[in-house]
Amino acid sequence: MTAASEASVAAETPSGGRHALLRSDRAKGLALISPTFVYTLIFLLAPIVVVVVHSFWTQTYLTIDRTFTLENYKTALTEPIYRDLLVRSLYISLTVSVATALFAYPIAYYISFYGAQRKSLWLFLITIPFWTGYLLRVMAWKVILGYNGVLNEALMGLGITSQPVSELLYSTNAVIITLIHAWAVFAVLPIFVSLEKVDRTLIEAATDLGDGAVRRFLRITLPLSMPGVIGAILIVMIPTVGDYVTPKLVGGTEGVMIANAIEAQFGRAQNWPLGAALSVTTMIVVSLMAGACVLLLRGLVRLVR
Amino acid sequence: MPETPRSSGETMIDIANVTRRFGPITALDTVSAKIREGEFFSLLGPSGCGKTTLLRLLAGFDQPTEGTIAIGGQAMADIPANRRPTNMVFQSYAIFPHMNVAENVAYGLKRLRLGGGEEKRRVEEALGQVQLGHLGKRRANELSGGQRQRVALARALVMRPKVLLLDEPLSALDKKLREQMQVELRHLQKAVGITFILVTHDQYEALAMSDRIAVMFDGRIAQIAAPKDIYQRPVSRQVADFLGGMNFIAADIVGEDGSEVCLETVGFGRVTTERPPGFVVKGRSATLGIRPERLRVLWDDDTSEHEIAGTVVDRHYFGEITHLIVEIPGLQQPLSVIETNDFGADDIPVGSPIRLAYDPEALVAMGD
Repeated sequence: MTAASEASVAAETPSGGRHALLRSDRAKGLALISPTFVYTLIFLLAPIVVVVVHSFWTQTYLTIDRTFTLENYKTALTEPIYRDLLVRSLYISLTVSVATALFAYPIAYYISFYGAQRKSLWLFLITIPFWTGYLLRVMAWKVILGYNGVLNEALMGLGITSQPVSELLYSTNAVIITLIHAWAVFAVLPIFVSLEKVDRTLIEAATDLGDGAVRRFLRITLPLSMPGVIGAILIVMIPTVGDYVTPKLVGGTEGVMIANAIEAQFGRAQNWPLGAALSVTTMIVVSLMAGACVLLLRGLVRLVR
Repeated sequence: MPETPRSSGETMIDIANVTRRFGPITALDTVSAKIREGEFFSLLGPSGCGKTTLLRLLAGFDQPTEGTIAIGGQAMADIPANRRPTNMVFQSYAIFPHMNVAENVAYGLKRLRLGGGEEKRRVEEALGQVQLGHLGKRRANELSGGQRQRVALARALVMRPKVLLLDEPLSALDKKLREQMQVELRHLQKAVGITFILVTHDQYEALAMSDRIAVMFDGRIAQIAAPKDIYQRPVSRQVADFLGGMNFIAADIVGEDGSEVCLETVGFGRVTTERPPGFVVKGRSATLGIRPERLRVLWDDDTSEHEIAGTVVDRHYFGEITHLIVEIPGLQQPLSVIETNDFGADDIPVGSPIRLAYDPEALVAMGD
């Protein structure tokens, strides 16, 4: 008997008429997800369609001219102000998401590998900052980063600077720091979950085959937890691109992001079609960046092993 | 009588007074054993007897609380798992899911940075040894249980370890595949000449594959011997019971003479047998044992030099064999007899008188 004959025989899908199809697992699955599907259709897909449709129209003072045009996209892509804002938003969200994942990984790793009986306690403790509202947490950073804030006091007290550093608050960096803190938990959780799923026997097997701590981390633990890292980066990257509260509160003029411009078009500027075109452009660019990130990370993992 | 193992006789592993405690629980209690080079050695026992703990101590995943382990003459106390001359086949096989078969097998070689196609050659050789040469590109999740087991084996063998540790490698396979793999593993071990240490709770697996077996209970080794010895000459009731059925007959010690012991029983009369190692006399009582298949039904006018008579009280049919339960006047427990069905043992009516023949050699004395 050869090894080939041990190969499992793939289960044949029974072919039948329409009734068989209705009773199939596929139909049952579709039926089960239909409430969520309808919900998604109404509250996610429909608004997106509205936005996309608007982006091809023109605002003429108080009414909307419904003839098809690409003029809004031309403005969105060529006007320097929007281009700069988009680039800055992408820079901020990319930096924030990568940095958040880097900070979150050791925390998730510690909880998963050394949490022992206290894993849930650690996870619970991590969620404690969320008991206060988002605005309050942003305000707290204003206190920390401000001209007479905690950080400046500390720097002066330690004699590192002689006078307060004014660049801390109202800057791109302030936005980045605040966002990293705000999104840390969202990065810890997916990474923790993927680390929990790494079979510890695999790490033992790697040790048995001669790998030390660093090598087995790079060759086994990291690649197998990569779905969590990618998830964490996407979870942070996609919403932060569209954040407009944080830049308003701690960003100053330097920290303005694309979402502030979009908000302005839908609000004060009263130009919905341009706002819609900016939204769609941002959506597409973010999707491309997210996709590029996923491919890049997968490539890196492949290289390591 | 003991089968001479194919090993050179040099000690490969020296386990000396090893104890392992987990808090209040003693998983291993002053275990000592010497395992020879090139030997197929099995650790056999029920779950929780400490056999896997001992294997993990050998692999270096765990450290003994007391005692020492030496492999190939080298003390292992300060040598971490990744630098030990051992490799392991895990019970779950632990195939790396993000790699294909060839990458899995090459895993340990990558670090060695072998040049000139040596790595590829060794991977192919190892895959050939486990008859998976054609599956190198297959992904780990596309393999059957038997194939995963072979990959795990190849991945360990490719490292050319001094000792291969196998943690219940066949327990996840179905019966037929398991029996086939037993034969294959035995052949493979002979071909590569590496010391194999097999952990198993399946006595037939241990008997079929091993040069020697260590039977373990409650963190201690009860007996180390060749399969035939351990089956025919168990040192205690516990060992005898774990390795298949055994009739236990209460006996009185009437005489002792160095290497021999003389027992007096109802039914079997006065029996002189060799004194088993570790036989401790407690008072004047002992146990005499005989395997059910060593009792033979005497038909019609057949006679035997050694025979006892009784009555059949129950009968269980098992296809090629029949279990007869025979009551012997004066014995507390009825005797269990296994007889092949070629002479019609399956037709013996319950309640009929019966005579049984036995070979006094098959009687074994055990301490209570």
